[in-house]
Amino acid sequence: MPTVSVGRDRLFAALGRTYTQEEFKALCFEFGIELDDVTTEKAIIRKEKHLEDDGEVDDDDEVIYKIEVAANRYDLLCLEGLARALRVFTGTEGSPVFQVSSIPRGSILQMHVKPETSKIRPYVVCAVLRGVAFDEARYNSFIDLQDKLHQNICRKRTLVAIGTHDLDTLQGPFSYEALPPHEINFVPLKQNSPVYPVIYDSNRTVLSLPPIINGAHSAITLATRNIFIECTATDLTKANIVLNTMVTMFSEYCETKFEVEPVEVVHYDGRKTVYPDLSCYKMDVSLYDILGPIGISQDEKQVVCPLNKMQLQAESHSLKGEPRISVSVPPTRSDILHARDLLEDIAIAYGFNNVPKSKPKCMTIGGRQPLNRFSDKIHAEVARGGYMEVLTFILFSHEENFDMLNRADDKSKAVIIANPRTSEFEVVRTSLMSCLLKTLKHNIDHPRPIKIFEVGDVVMLDSSRDVGASNNRRLAALYCNMVSGFEAYANLIKLSRKLWDWWILDSIVKVVRAPHVNFGENYYVPTDEPEFFPKRQCKIVTSDGKQVGYLGIVHAEVLRKFGIPDPCTFVEMDLEALL
Amino acid sequence: MAEKSPAADVEAGLLAHLNSAGEVPDSRSFASSLGVSHLELVGVIKSLSAFRIVESKDIIKEAWVLTEEAKGYVAKGSPEAQLVAAIPPEGVSKDALKAKLGDAFDVGMKAAARNKWIGFEKGNKDLVLRKVESVMDELQEQLRRLENGEAVPDKVIDDLKRRKLIMKEKSIWHSLKKGPEFVLKRKTLATDVTTEHLRSGDWKDLEFKDYNYGAQGQPIAKGYVQPLMEVREAIENIFIMMGFTEMPTNNFVESSFWNFDALFQPQQHPARDSHDTFFLKAPATTQQLPEDYLEKVKLVHQSGGYGSKGYVYDWKRDEAEKNLLRTHTTAVSTRMLYKLAQEKPFAPKRYYSIDRVFRNEAVDRTHLAEFHQIEGLICDYGLTLGDLIGVLEDFFSSLGMSKLRFKPAYNPYTEPSMEIFSYHDGLKKWVEVGNSGMFRPEMLLPMGLPEGVNVIAWGLSLERPTMILYGIDNIRDLFGPKVDFNLIKSNPLCRLGL
Repeated sequence: MPTVSVGRDRLFAALGRTYTQEEFKALCFEFGIELDDVTTEKAIIRKEKHLEDDGEVDDDDEVIYKIEVAANRYDLLCLEGLARALRVFTGTEGSPVFQVSSIPRGSILQMHVKPETSKIRPYVVCAVLRGVAFDEARYNSFIDLQDKLHQNICRKRTLVAIGTHDLDTLQGPFSYEALPPHEINFVPLKQNSPVYPVIYDSNRTVLSLPPIINGAHSAITLATRNIFIECTATDLTKANIVLNTMVTMFSEYCETKFEVEPVEVVHYDGRKTVYPDLSCYKMDVSLYDILGPIGISQDEKQVVCPLNKMQLQAESHSLKGEPRISVSVPPTRSDILHARDLLEDIAIAYGFNNVPKSKPKCMTIGGRQPLNRFSDKIHAEVARGGYMEVLTFILFSHEENFDMLNRADDKSKAVIIANPRTSEFEVVRTSLMSCLLKTLKHNIDHPRPIKIFEVGDVVMLDSSRDVGASNNRRLAALYCNMVSGFEAYANLIKLSRKLWDWWILDSIVKVVRAPHVNFGENYYVPTDEPEFFPKRQCKIVTSDGKQVGYLGIVHAEVLRKFGIPDPCTFVEMDLEALL
Repeated sequence: MAEKSPAADVEAGLLAHLNSAGEVPDSRSFASSLGVSHLELVGVIKSLSAFRIVESKDIIKEAWVLTEEAKGYVAKGSPEAQLVAAIPPEGVSKDALKAKLGDAFDVGMKAAARNKWIGFEKGNKDLVLRKVESVMDELQEQLRRLENGEAVPDKVIDDLKRRKLIMKEKSIWHSLKKGPEFVLKRKTLATDVTTEHLRSGDWKDLEFKDYNYGAQGQPIAKGYVQPLMEVREAIENIFIMMGFTEMPTNNFVESSFWNFDALFQPQQHPARDSHDTFFLKAPATTQQLPEDYLEKVKLVHQSGGYGSKGYVYDWKRDEAEKNLLRTHTTAVSTRMLYKLAQEKPFAPKRYYSIDRVFRNEAVDRTHLAEFHQIEGLICDYGLTLGDLIGVLEDFFSSLGMSKLRFKPAYNPYTEPSMEIFSYHDGLKKWVEVGNSGMFRPEMLLPMGLPEGVNVIAWGLSLERPTMILYGIDNIRDLFGPKVDFNLIKSNPLCRLGL
């Protein structure tokens, strides 16, 4: 969610009254924005320079409110829009009506779009603000809003880039072109394209090299009176939203308040479009449709007022006896896509906390996923066996998942992350072995014996699934002591030794037996895997020969790589195979 | 009854004596009067003193004790006396005497000569003659007296010291009186109940020795459950009580289509940035998408429909096919709702899930790259925001959060969207505990759910309420390989829903 910093005193001046901090907080909460932080200019500078707070309170220091606003409300990204929305919300004033000034045909400013632009940044929309009265605060707000728009809807200028110019330094008509770099005096950074977008005036003065650079020649200053705004874009819808946001916010300071001068964009194929489009989006909805889902009943007149409070011009009428509302959505409210959005505004104006509580009437029966229920039973069984449950991450470094276990990556199993932030997040685990060894390492000073387990999912590449990978539920247990945990049975004639973990395994094998889950007499089959000592490992197979698990004494090399000084035995089982 | 131990006899004797005489001035002599070693008596005294049955005062004395040599003299007589006794009336040769007396010969000869108990025949220095009929063995007597603690003149002491027959030794003994808890016969206190006690009926007379309740016992080997999983179970039970069915969430790998596009989340949305989402190198893209449905999703993004303007942008299939680690379990909810929409006739559902989600975020005290999301949703005709608020109150009050407040919020796939705040009595403030809303028609209608069917849903993390519940302020202390085993061992029961 974007945060907007505004001077408290200027905000209150714009709201026409002052609030205590608590009162203002309550107002924000109702309206759906949040007073995130209260600070001062000096405190912000101190923080930026990492200086200690000297605790000095300076009365002259302006108090700054940091206000968090919804990500789709671009009209709230500056003090002008925020104050306006709150004034309308509290009923202090009505919604503004924005107008495009009528310019005699022929004297309208033009922007000519050249065909090459379609290869790189096909759209441009423009407008002019006449007779703007800037002061320092307004000027800063104007610059800040561009910045906020660039950071948010413009996706760091990739979708839309705004250029604002002192019109009095330029001579129309303008042209939007795309030229090979050697034909332009500037080469923008970080672009790799045969052509680069550029905007010229009729004297071939470069206004800007979108999306990054605006020319110094036409830069606006505090003294600028007439502002030319161009937005170049790869997304026309967003370009219009951005242009409309700029002009609806700052036409407040124009000679004729809320009036914007249009610019005609002449496309290379001859199409001509006049911008900005400040027309209202008309919606006509049944009263029931917008009240029903809230769960309140109001008459049409009661609905008009809250809509107006949210800057939506509403009128009631009726069609075939059914009460309906027609709504004009102003250009500032690009977030309104559907009647559902009107419904939300009514609910906000009504107050979420005033909506009467009710209970859904549908009768349903609760239940669990069999696999999860089964996992819980196994989990309980192992905990009853004296093991401690741990909970680890599924993301690992490639090394932890393979090399450290003496295992090779044959590229057929593991899901690989394309954009890991650090090496910790390179692969999705294909076994729980690293998880338990890593957890043990972090508790290496814990008194022995250590008996830990985890029930969790690993992920394997799986071409039978739509996404190409599937989870597999596993049980893993680890026993660590000064001795390996072999239990010797001297009274047995043959060398019959059992790993400690074997007991928990035997117990699991005993409890999971079912008509469809069979184990023969010898469900342990010797193996030769590199993560375990030779001749101290085996796999567990069902009577139809399917492997459902494995265990062994962890190889000395593996222990060394994990930094574990004492012998460990490890067992892992596929729970889905036993379900 | 068990046989009486010798210590019990000593104790009985001591207590009987104290009962009649009132005191024992000297434990040493008392011990010899009982015929037991002083050490044995001291053991009994210590035990009785601990229960204040007797009162004991230490007597510390430095006393002369006999050397081993001197002890031999007490038994066999002084060397001079031995020597005299060994001389027959006719006299005897020195060699014969030496053979008979051994070590005592030299000393005995000197002392006997000094005492004029022996003489030599003139001209024959080798024949020793006895000059007295009998001797009074003074040394033996002195030593015996010393041994018995009787007084001996200082001159004698000096003499014995010089002859290295005595040494100084510190000895402690006790004078005893009746203590405040004096009894003639104390009860034997039992420490344990045995099968024998039960069998014989002795348990009726047993009186137990006090336990040291503060002492640490030996830890027993038992199993433990991870605290986060305990809380998960409790929350699961709440859902089931409220009639919710669990969704199958065991698919961490998801396509952008199900994770974002189907939720009417536009393709340029910041959540779809590589800064927020783990995309995959293998398997990089999804192989199969439901084509009819995909076409509807594409249209609603690109040009709207179902009463919506849409986002009006160029929707790209490539974006939708990109695989990722799901960023929310709502991807599963979406699959479930799509499946539900294909089932005719429509039947209302309550679904829940608690499982892992993944964010490509920097890890700190409150953020992990993977955490658990709790999600609940209800799908039926005519559900309202009031229903959502009602369900949330039921759900959160089961979690001990009965004071709720709702704040308008923004979420691309819910409208209205409400942030849920709960008043925390400990922190004395409103804290955000979850998000909720009604799924947008642009999400539900392309699936084929009937017009008029609404979905109310909410979500929260499992970690945050657990941290609040157990007062843990670093998420890494609760989840992951760095969790301290001692935390798992000492964590209290989860009392949610009790």
